[in-house]
Amino acid sequence: MPAQTMAETIIAHASRHPSVVPGQIVDGHVDLLYMHEMLALALKPFDEIGVKKIWDPAKCVVTIDHWVPPPTPEVAKMHQAIREFCWAQGIERFHDVGDHGIIHQLVVERGYVHPGELVIGCDSHTNMAGAMGAFAAGIGATETAAVMATGKLWLKVPETIDVRVSGRLSKRTGAKDVILKVIQTTGDDGAAYKAVEFHGDTVKAFPMNERFTLSNMTTEMGAKAGMIPSDETTKRYLEAAGARGAYRPLDSDPGAKYLRTYDLVVDGMGPQVACPNNPANVKAVGDVAGTKIDMAFLGSCTNARIEDLRAAAEIMKGETVAPRVRMIVTPASQAIFRQAVKEHLAEVFLEAGATFTSSTCGPCFGGHMGVLAPKEVCISSTNRNYPGRMGSPEAQVYLGSPYTVAASALYGQITDPREV
Amino acid sequence: MQTKLTGRVWKFGDDISTDHIIAGRYLTSTDPKVLGEHAMENADPAFVKKVRPGDVIVATTNFGCGSSREQAPIALKAAGISCVVADTFARIFYRNSINIGFPVVECPGLHERVKEGDTLTLDLAAGHVVLPSGETVRFQPLPPNILEILNAGGLVPKLRADLAAKSA
Repeated sequence: MPAQTMAETIIAHASRHPSVVPGQIVDGHVDLLYMHEMLALALKPFDEIGVKKIWDPAKCVVTIDHWVPPPTPEVAKMHQAIREFCWAQGIERFHDVGDHGIIHQLVVERGYVHPGELVIGCDSHTNMAGAMGAFAAGIGATETAAVMATGKLWLKVPETIDVRVSGRLSKRTGAKDVILKVIQTTGDDGAAYKAVEFHGDTVKAFPMNERFTLSNMTTEMGAKAGMIPSDETTKRYLEAAGARGAYRPLDSDPGAKYLRTYDLVVDGMGPQVACPNNPANVKAVGDVAGTKIDMAFLGSCTNARIEDLRAAAEIMKGETVAPRVRMIVTPASQAIFRQAVKEHLAEVFLEAGATFTSSTCGPCFGGHMGVLAPKEVCISSTNRNYPGRMGSPEAQVYLGSPYTVAASALYGQITDPREV
Repeated sequence: MQTKLTGRVWKFGDDISTDHIIAGRYLTSTDPKVLGEHAMENADPAFVKKVRPGDVIVATTNFGCGSSREQAPIALKAAGISCVVADTFARIFYRNSINIGFPVVECPGLHERVKEGDTLTLDLAAGHVVLPSGETVRFQPLPPNILEILNAGGLVPKLRADLAAKSA
């Protein structure tokens, strides 16, 4: 049997083949289908397909995350339709307002994603779940309806790009800075239609929260999936999430064929920032330090986990957000919100003059809860900065780590967090 | 679905993202008509006023990068665009387009051989474009599994037909 990459191993298993080769088109049996408000757009096609019951409600997870709580009657109606569908279909893992979270965070923190699985989500950042050693890819609404009806999805087996990261990062520098550097190297379509695997001692040493950030932004390389081998770190995370027994070690086979290998040595590398208007337009923080900001946003599936909030609070404790700057902190899930309250992190942000909100995707995609006006400049811990992404097409968005966002909020300009 | 299309060209460059195609602020609507009224607004606010039914977008690389929002191809289709031709596409946009029966074609290099306003004729099944000069540019025809979905009018009609065939 030919040596298989992680993507090939998982797709072969999901399509009931002994092995697969890149370019082969197969039908994959889906292990987990997860959905947010896009489900509302999938209801009509699902109805039109003519299947009354979804293939397996126990393999579905639903939450609402893009607009929470609903800002308009249209969105409230969307949520209502989702709720009624989940109840009627017997989807027990439906997490409604109060129990919600950004779907990518929710499915990992609840222990719903396991190594070796084919995971499909109706959102581009589904790649994040690949950090658990799964093959996780995003789809749109019509295809979501098709998976609900059949439990299957056609897949073209992708070639794999191996990204090897080694070396010790500078202080207050982490996975966000690494993935921005990777995207700068590959371009925002450098992994289009491809799977990405991460290896190397830097990745091996990253805890799960950092690994999630790496896999999350493989979307901004155009990748179909972004995977990290599962190991003891994955195992401990699964156990803590209540999925004891779901662990299996998974890596590519020795001799597996990669399309390309990138060797990134990050010894001493400091914080990186993606400048307007492309996530691949990356510069060292020092090159853009001093850029005045109007808003600092700490949120999204990319960087609003408890560790990200702790990092920002470490910088902001006892300090105040700069005059004429707003800061918004939006945890990636309500579980993280509760933890942040327990650890008095919420208090740190509120006392610094920041707004601390309920979990939602919110302004990351220009939806609500802090979108930008024309000409405004924002430093954001999110994932994309194409024109209009966070509100006005004339706004300017810089992407950085939670440390960089927090330091910049205090000084009213983009600031190297190692210098505060 | 028609496999032969004729339309005027609108040119765009690299990395036209789903945020350009349909901004996040319009996603609270699922009505194609509303979405169509805002197509490409973040790239060219006057776009929908200029477009005529049947027009074709010709772009360079990574068209449709970004979000999984299916509202992106829905908006272009509703605005009257008959097809997008690009050097390369982002994968979710590509799948979403096929799934709603909206043709997308990879034809590297076409962008530099056409002017905005040129009239092109595309033959999706044969895999070629006829330029105003009469010259023909070939592209890789769509693979059979994708043509099958497009010919059925999208993934939903195809699945309906598959299910009906199974139960017959």
